Amino acid sequence: MDKISHPSQLKDWKKRLLAERPSYDKTIVISSGTCGQASGSLQIIEALNEELEKKDLRERVGLEITGCHGFCELEPNIVIYPQGIFYKKLTPDDIPRVIDETILKNNIVPSLLYEDPKSGRRFSLQKDIPFYQKQLRLLTENNFKINPTRIEDYVLVDGYQALARVLFDMTAEEVIAEIRVSGLRGRGGAGFPTGLKWEICRNASSDLKYIICNADEGDPGAYMDRSLLEGNPHSVIEGMIIGAYAIGAAEGYIYVRMEYPLAVKHVAIALEQARTRGLLGNSILGSEFHFDIHIVEGAGAFVSGEETSLMASIEGRRAFPRQRPPFPAQEGLWGKPTNINNVETWANVPLILNRGAEWYSQIGTAGSKGTKIFSLVGKINNTGLVEVPMGIKLREIICDVGGGIKDGKKFKAVQTGGPSGGCIPAEKLDLPIDYDTLTQAGSIMGSGGMIVMDEDTCMVDVARYFLHFTQEESCGKCVPCRVGTRQMHDILTRITRGLGEEKDLDQLEELANSVRSASLCGLGQTAPNPVLTTLRYFRPEYEAHIKEKSCPALVCKDLLVYYIEPEKCVGCFLCKKGCPVEAISGERKKVHVIDQEVCIKCGACFEICPPKIKAVSKYTGRKKEKILREKSGEKV
Amino acid sequence: MVEMEDVLSEFGGIQKDLIHILHRVQAKFGYIPPEGVAEIARRLKISQNEIFGVLTFYKAFSLELRGKYLVTVCLGTACHVRGGVQIVEEMERKLRVKAGRTTPDRKFTLETVNCLGCCAIGPVVVVNGKYYSHVTLSKVEPIINEYREAG
Repeated sequence: MDKISHPSQLKDWKKRLLAERPSYDKTIVISSGTCGQASGSLQIIEALNEELEKKDLRERVGLEITGCHGFCELEPNIVIYPQGIFYKKLTPDDIPRVIDETILKNNIVPSLLYEDPKSGRRFSLQKDIPFYQKQLRLLTENNFKINPTRIEDYVLVDGYQALARVLFDMTAEEVIAEIRVSGLRGRGGAGFPTGLKWEICRNASSDLKYIICNADEGDPGAYMDRSLLEGNPHSVIEGMIIGAYAIGAAEGYIYVRMEYPLAVKHVAIALEQARTRGLLGNSILGSEFHFDIHIVEGAGAFVSGEETSLMASIEGRRAFPRQRPPFPAQEGLWGKPTNINNVETWANVPLILNRGAEWYSQIGTAGSKGTKIFSLVGKINNTGLVEVPMGIKLREIICDVGGGIKDGKKFKAVQTGGPSGGCIPAEKLDLPIDYDTLTQAGSIMGSGGMIVMDEDTCMVDVARYFLHFTQEESCGKCVPCRVGTRQMHDILTRITRGLGEEKDLDQLEELANSVRSASLCGLGQTAPNPVLTTLRYFRPEYEAHIKEKSCPALVCKDLLVYYIEPEKCVGCFLCKKGCPVEAISGERKKVHVIDQEVCIKCGACFEICPPKIKAVSKYTGRKKEKILREKSGEKV
Repeated sequence: MVEMEDVLSEFGGIQKDLIHILHRVQAKFGYIPPEGVAEIARRLKISQNEIFGVLTFYKAFSLELRGKYLVTVCLGTACHVRGGVQIVEEMERKLRVKAGRTTPDRKFTLETVNCLGCCAIGPVVVVNGKYYSHVTLSKVEPIINEYREAG
């Protein structure tokens, strides 16, 4: 097909696609992002194709392969339209039944439906499932409708219409004004007003300007950007072209982390398609605006998500951050004015221009507008990606959308903002989420990771985990971050090993404040947050580790023992066989015993002992000491 | 090295291409051959020193030949709270090699990663691009055996 050289041709294209669209009786939509593929969606697609072929249903039943639908816990899942029937956790063996019953006879297969863990109720329609009900899916809804490798699907949902209007009916100043009025703030974490950022870069005088899409989503536990790039890459590309027009940039970069191979692939396909259709390159849509985008694949360094480091990485150098000012809007990539926004920020741009800044600014709170995508993970029932309006309460996300804590355990904390964020305790659950309230609570919005922790999570261990992360990822350029995170990590490790002293907590706080105020970039400045928030909200847990040498959550290996309860053990040999170091002795049908001197506390026996027997326990503190004192002579 | 020239011929001679080149070399050889660094330096007109600086900065690049199978265990926060550390330790025991190292027969390299972004299905292990979800201690050996048997 030829390049589109006028906005009217874009409209005609959409009309033609609508007219040519095959009219199926039913369409099966399968979620096939990285989570889906890892859970077996490709095998489901194969089985569906085979079954449709076998039953000669090709003409009547459509099969759409899309990106992530958000309910990652239930992958691989499908939605059958027009009704919107949702089937979860499919295996290839389920497919003949799906076709025979639901496609051919319109019957529901109850065993494949989602069952609410709280009420036990089964839901047949996707839209009725509580996980989806409280969401406001403005950016992610199209993930149900789009095959990310087909630009046509994006055009069918009015893709690139905002761009056409911007290029032909709006000045750059008008576009920036629209973004300013919308109240959009950067979704990468810091929350800087996007319109203002664009304006500063537009006003910088230079012959050459760049824009960058930061897709180096390094926060562990966060994958919103991956899902957007995998599921709807054109929305990000359209946002970038609009931004480039507003700022006056001729070249753009998408910097994707290498851990996201599928995102890289889908972006590359999308860019090529956009180029072929005249949506990128010279004279976009026949206008006088020229712009193109390149992909740069990261190379596995967390610090490259920091904007000055990211630019260094694009330039082919070590991802070292540098002092600001000058800000990238003044001196960025190769010294030229550069505007960097996060994936989700760019994806908001076409939405705002399509629906209007007025409309957009009605959503959210006074200071934070629009929706935010969170990755709701950890010890929660409904794990997945959720898109909610700003201002929603944490409790609503965790209890209603998330369906509460796994296995009926007690909620302990939710960690937001990755290694730069903090842990928010149960008493703060009614906090409405926006940039400012989370900061007040000692955490940050961050890019949107939300890791739920239950009573079995040790907060000292969590703090140690994050400090291990930051000290490993510290680039080493500035001393406070390089040495400070290391020292904090050493203290935390000592505490989790039962070697902590009372003065450690004061020292931790002192170090945290120095690292926070003296580090060069965001990585170091925010690295102490996990320590400071856990100290603020969970101090007794630290004290238990230090004073009683006990880990109340039974996580810290050095502070616990595994013990086989003699009255529960049935002598089934399972743990004995599963023990990697042969620490378990005992005969069949007789009580087994763990030799504590040999035991490496790997937890294999604890995992392998059948749930209805549950003979392996963990003990800490005094009870642990008592067990250790028991003589090996007591073995049965 | 003829093969190195093949890779280099795909790129222009500017520093911007360095990370792209290193990715291609790593994929082609399974490591960055130290003798290739001189060729890259000549091509890009930068010092070898600079290149060693870049390639040791990023985790993606290795100066040692990696194993035939790259076993990556995710240690993101979600995998961590679900027991990812125990999975790494079990891998270390079963492969008899520490994380970050390669088995003497060059069959397996064991690595950890800070997050693969599929947190819902953790703990996650990836072997040469194939994802294993909800990995438990008892699933570790069967995963390895799949590749041991494949030769």
